[in-house]
Amino acid sequence: MISKASQSFQVASPSVADQARLRLAPVIRIALLLAASVIMLAPIAFAVATSLRLPAESFSLPPRWLPLPPDWSNYKMVFQQVPLKSYIGNSAFVTLSIVIGQLITSALSGYAFGRLQFPGRNVLFWLVLATLMIPLQATIIPVFVLISKLHLADTLASLILPALSTAFGTFLMRQYFMQIPNEFEDAALLDGANQWQIFFNIYLPLAKTGLAVLAILTFNAYWNEFLRPLIFLKSIDKFTLPLGLVNLQGYMGTGSISVVLAGVVISLLPVLAVYLVGQRYLIEGIMMGGLKG
Amino acid sequence: MSVQAREHPASARRPRLFAKLTEPSLAGMARRKAAMGYLFILPTVLGIVIFTAGPVLASFGLSFFEWNVIDSPKWVGLQNYDHFVHDSRALNSFVTTGKFVLLAVTLQIFLSLLLAIGVQATRSKILRYFFRAAFFLPLLTSAASIAIVLAYMFHQDFGVINYYLGKIGIAHIPWLNSSGWALITIVLTYVWQQIGFTFIIFLGGLAGIPADVQDAADLDGATGWRRMWDITIPMLSPTLLFAAVIGVIGALQVFAEPFVMTNGGPGDATRTVVMVMYESAFSFLQIGYGSAIAVVLFVAILVVTAIQFRLSRSWVFYQ
Repeated sequence: MISKASQSFQVASPSVADQARLRLAPVIRIALLLAASVIMLAPIAFAVATSLRLPAESFSLPPRWLPLPPDWSNYKMVFQQVPLKSYIGNSAFVTLSIVIGQLITSALSGYAFGRLQFPGRNVLFWLVLATLMIPLQATIIPVFVLISKLHLADTLASLILPALSTAFGTFLMRQYFMQIPNEFEDAALLDGANQWQIFFNIYLPLAKTGLAVLAILTFNAYWNEFLRPLIFLKSIDKFTLPLGLVNLQGYMGTGSISVVLAGVVISLLPVLAVYLVGQRYLIEGIMMGGLKG
Repeated sequence: MSVQAREHPASARRPRLFAKLTEPSLAGMARRKAAMGYLFILPTVLGIVIFTAGPVLASFGLSFFEWNVIDSPKWVGLQNYDHFVHDSRALNSFVTTGKFVLLAVTLQIFLSLLLAIGVQATRSKILRYFFRAAFFLPLLTSAASIAIVLAYMFHQDFGVINYYLGKIGIAHIPWLNSSGWALITIVLTYVWQQIGFTFIIFLGGLAGIPADVQDAADLDGATGWRRMWDITIPMLSPTLLFAAVIGVIGALQVFAEPFVMTNGGPGDATRTVVMVMYESAFSFLQIGYGSAIAVVLFVAILVVTAIQFRLSRSWVFYQ
């Protein structure tokens, strides 16, 4: 179906038939893109529509995509069925702590690797960068052991502590700091600023796009994170949102999917808000290789 | 240093450390910058050593031990690896993951390239904004939560997908209940979620094709598929390589979708490498064996990536 979309690029040869196709081509292309959009948005629309239907009707077919009048009782129910408030609070606390931590550590290390001279700098930078190749799975068992030895198993700190420093964030912030001209430093030195002031008052504000990119990518990654919470957390009241929802789906089964989907919709809201506010930064970060699952 | 401090009465009255930090000489500045450099990278380097570099080595080390967390670890040499090559369930998970990666990454790159070319050719600003949002949004959702939604939609009897397929005369497909279909369903779910990533990368790559190349193609009368194969794809090839490398690395680690939607089943049809690693280490508490699987996966990722770069020499075109 979608392969037809590219046929629409067979443009411009002079015959009459071709000219007719040329006029038709954009219409077909846009029709196919609209069809693709419907497919891409359908699961989100399904979750929202079903969450607003009576639980008894949640499996009724044909599906009602416009749940009128909306029934909000699922949203009340999901808070009663599971400690959703704790899930939201835990997710928010973990995610925001990691975002703030990564902003601090990456701003410092990115500035050092990008703008300060010190012996061994390049070797150290490449070593840090090389750790980007290491997948989470290759470290998670020893990290779990370490967390247990530190008596941090089943605490939110077990999720936060190992995530505070980041090779990707270091790389990203270094790129932004390196783009800023040296003249700012020279001028600040003439004004009598010391090195800390040059970093904090001059270069850090100039790299705020990088900070925004990193904050948004990090927020998204950790708000949605599943594997680490699944392994590190045991008690229900410590669960983060994705873990709590999967757990809820597990014991509700197909009993009342509208309640589960109400929870899913709640978990999507912050992410949608972030897209509306910061899509420019998101896209910039993705182009640099961030947000890879 | 101290000589200078004596020459400046104002700074001589300050504590010595502060004098060092504020002295104006060039050599002093270089030294301060170096000290600051080490200080600034300390949190990152420490964190990476403790939570990434150290653990990777520890995974490797643990893979030579038998350990159930409670008793003390017992050195078993290569026994875990020996067990691995005879463990049909683990080997099968590599085959399953390989199939998954091949299907998912191919489909993802093919579809997202078509979408990106389509959106790139769309002039209307509003439509472009809408398409970009529609194709991109799934990427922002949590793989685990959205797998819940798609599992309901793919439900054999009550799912909306089979309902609409039924309307056009296609009998109910056992999306998640047959070992033939389950992996395909996981692929579709994964691609649906990940497509926005390659889409955005391709859109950026397409925008980066220089106008003079496009003009030259116009002058030569290059149109349609020829233009696509001779100009767009070669110009985009570094972006395609980037997308393929990142896509394969991500897909090799697939976990949440099969965990939530099928729990590896039916049978072992969707049991991926990370699922087997997770079960070994955290359900059966075979820390050593789980580590061995993690090491094999890590090596597989490195090897596959190296092969991709090697093969890319014959098809990637750098301007």
